[in-house]
Amino acid sequence: MLTRDQAAEIFSRIRKYATTDEVECLFSGGRSALTRFANNTIHQNMAEENYGISVRTAFGGRTARATTNKFDDESLKDVVSASESLARVQEPDPDLLPMPSPDESEDSGAGTKLPSRYFQETANLTPAERADGVGQIVAIAQKRKFIAAGIFASSEAIEGIFNSRGLSAWHTQTSAEISITMLAEDSSGWQKANSPDIAKLSPAHLAQIAAEKAARSAGPREIAPGKYTVILEPAAVLDTVGFAFYDFGGLAIIDQRSFLNNRIGTRLFGENISIWDDVSHPLQSGSPFDGEGVPRARVQLVEKGVVKRLVYSRGSASKMSRSPYRDKVGPIDATGHGFPIPNEIGEAPMNIVFEKQEEPATVDQMIASTDRGILVTRLWYIREVDPYEKILTGMTRDGTFLIENGKIVCGLRNFRFNQSLIEMLSHVEAMSTPVRTSGEESFDMVVPAMKVRDFNFTEVTRF
Amino acid sequence: MKELAAWALNIASQRGATYADVRVIEERSRALATKNGKIGNASDSRSEGFNVRVLIDGAWGFASSRECHRASVESTAARAVDIAKASARVKQSDVSLAPEKAVTAEWTTPHEVDPFSISIEQNLALLQKIDRELRSVSGVTLAETNMNFRREEQWFFSSEGSEIHQTKYTTGAGYVAYSFAGSEIQKRSYPSSFGGQWQNKGYELIDELKLVENARRIGEEAVALHAAEQCPQGVFDIILESSQLGLQIHESVGHPIELDRVLGMEANFAGTSFLTLEKLRTLKYGSELVNVVADARQEHGPGLGTFAFDDEGVPAQCTPIISNGLFTGYLSSRETAPLIGLERSGGTLRAESWNRLPIIRMTNISILPGEQPLTMEQLISSTEHAILFQTNRSWSIDDKRYNFQFGTELGWEIKNGKRTRMLKNPSYSGITTEFWNSMDAICSREEWTLWGTPNCGKGQPQQVMGTGHGAAPARFRKVRVGSAYS
Repeated sequence: MLTRDQAAEIFSRIRKYATTDEVECLFSGGRSALTRFANNTIHQNMAEENYGISVRTAFGGRTARATTNKFDDESLKDVVSASESLARVQEPDPDLLPMPSPDESEDSGAGTKLPSRYFQETANLTPAERADGVGQIVAIAQKRKFIAAGIFASSEAIEGIFNSRGLSAWHTQTSAEISITMLAEDSSGWQKANSPDIAKLSPAHLAQIAAEKAARSAGPREIAPGKYTVILEPAAVLDTVGFAFYDFGGLAIIDQRSFLNNRIGTRLFGENISIWDDVSHPLQSGSPFDGEGVPRARVQLVEKGVVKRLVYSRGSASKMSRSPYRDKVGPIDATGHGFPIPNEIGEAPMNIVFEKQEEPATVDQMIASTDRGILVTRLWYIREVDPYEKILTGMTRDGTFLIENGKIVCGLRNFRFNQSLIEMLSHVEAMSTPVRTSGEESFDMVVPAMKVRDFNFTEVTRF
Repeated sequence: MKELAAWALNIASQRGATYADVRVIEERSRALATKNGKIGNASDSRSEGFNVRVLIDGAWGFASSRECHRASVESTAARAVDIAKASARVKQSDVSLAPEKAVTAEWTTPHEVDPFSISIEQNLALLQKIDRELRSVSGVTLAETNMNFRREEQWFFSSEGSEIHQTKYTTGAGYVAYSFAGSEIQKRSYPSSFGGQWQNKGYELIDELKLVENARRIGEEAVALHAAEQCPQGVFDIILESSQLGLQIHESVGHPIELDRVLGMEANFAGTSFLTLEKLRTLKYGSELVNVVADARQEHGPGLGTFAFDDEGVPAQCTPIISNGLFTGYLSSRETAPLIGLERSGGTLRAESWNRLPIIRMTNISILPGEQPLTMEQLISSTEHAILFQTNRSWSIDDKRYNFQFGTELGWEIKNGKRTRMLKNPSYSGITTEFWNSMDAICSREEWTLWGTPNCGKGQPQQVMGTGHGAAPARFRKVRVGSAYS
């Protein structure tokens, strides 16, 4: 893997080639491999190694970025030149801040110190070991006459930043991920998990759960759409709530494109909803600094249903402090959540952690307490229907069950929902202990399963 | 490049590969954007690398690297071999490939002006002019513009002797006006949403789009939506303008005809398909007016799915997908074609970049225009009562591609042959085959546009690919409307 020392040497060459007032360099990449299986067969199996350097130059209120994956002198000169050419012709932007200084970086001690997220066993995983894991999954499928499909992936990655004011930050991490779909004749089941530490993942355990879901949802019944009490497993919670968090950036308010416009400080969700952004949480992953190298602060976004504050890049915090909204948005500070500059989004909290309830309920307890409802394993193809009411549409998938009198009765044909996220988080009757969760529509989070009343299913599909 | 490929192919052959191919790629892209009069994005990107794909013991291996020197090429090829041998530990049968003749070929996207030859100043000046037009409308709270260019040069070599050099140019541009008022965020986009219009052609596309000329109207419509009435709920006849019909084709025809989905290869992520094999040449997919092709050939137009050869060296083809309403064809590859008895691949295997495995992707999946002359004006004047849907705002469909729901930015009520009141928050939903069987009119060639969808996601790791969709405005009878807000 590319080391911090190697990156520092590359940055010293880039500084030499740059003619602008300031220069910043982002490093990213690593080694990754993914073994993909379907029809009980490994059908795609890949590995890659790649690193990128992204150079931002800035002078006189102008800035631009250029990226390359070649590190020879000529390529580095070209990438600096491309960045400067894009910056040079712009009109100056008086809002553009100087690059951050070292005392604003994680090395200053202001940032959050993370536990190591690099595990040698994950980094060393071989194609043969991944194939063995897939073999365990397929054996479970074949025993039940099911067909397995999914992935077993592993990677090691670096993320680093250097700027001409002397700031530097570096992060290394490993990741392992398993996702399994078990297909039966007229039903299916799914499970997915990831972790920086491969030792925390069990292919056979995940396969057993997915197979059990496929078996229990066989012969799905069709029931009429309508408002139901639902129990959303953590992946279903993650994939819906993920649509909220890009609106928690300061720039989204300044742009007036957030569903939080005129709603910060109000009780928007139920009193049982408290949400943090916390990169240091033991179940979280990711680097402790943002796209400018500023340390990510731990921020409480929602407290007992009230939206308390937003996250900010340095630039957005500066703009917000001069905007007409500055008295309505809570504390305004650079929180270390900015994306690399220039960008149109500004910032977003990407390490979401739902606060644990004093008396969490297990999914089994939620089922037992439900007279009539629907258990949802996973949601699919979620899209925003209404940006201010935060109405989302999407489908259930791979394990949808009818609950009657506290028990799972049968599998159900899949539903389409059209549901306001604001209403959903106002109708939560019970939550499990939050767990690290991975879905398909949003980034990984630490979220609970939820029991939600009056969830709005509008149509049923054919399977 | 030939020498590089030879290093890799030799290693693969020496270590037992029955088939191998190498793709070497150099990519360059530029993204420019403004937001409320300031630079939103100004970035250039270059990426170079190669991959080796090998078939050993009837199983696939794939490895890639950015380092194009001999030691790296040989170790990457060796890694692909090791991966293929690991794949062979879990298989039910051996992969076999449909035969394909080896070719030596050169091809470049037809283009008049290399988009990278236009100065950055000129591009930013155009975006700023559009931005000023949008924000000259009182009530527009956010204006965003974008312009994107891409050049991809690819060398393909196979152990069967193919040597193919292709250079593709892509150009895209568009803008959005947002208006926040009261408790609503409304928006209007041009020429289409989610990045505008994209085609495989040069800078000439930018001039063709009449971007500045339409900006003020788009801003005015975004603001006017606040005062418009809510789209009603119920069953209505509907008319889809061509970009929305293009997305309808993408989701409810393009994806279900992918043979890898049909055969279960995408079951864990993208899903499967309702188009099981017995439906080929038996399913009445749509009405007699529905004729859809998958056409990657240059003569189809400059779509994002236009090329000379796919990423395993199969020539571009035109496959009839729906013929007078009958389902007649899938999108296939050399691996999947023999599994359903086809003698040859349909030529649809493509990869996002040098570090991704090629998979079946839509080419240009287009509905053919009506043969009888019919303009949009004539279609409206022949309609008693319907809702016209313009410019996609949301899209969703289940994992077998039966049940869909689309929302658009703007709706119009058509009454007695005339466009009457504006409607906000319009949506419609249905079941794929019922919907296509309800189509009773489609406009003729002069209303047909080859739209580009630059953001189609599929595969694990997910790959983003551009696809093309030719469409003309069309009318559908008795469709469910408004359930998104029910």
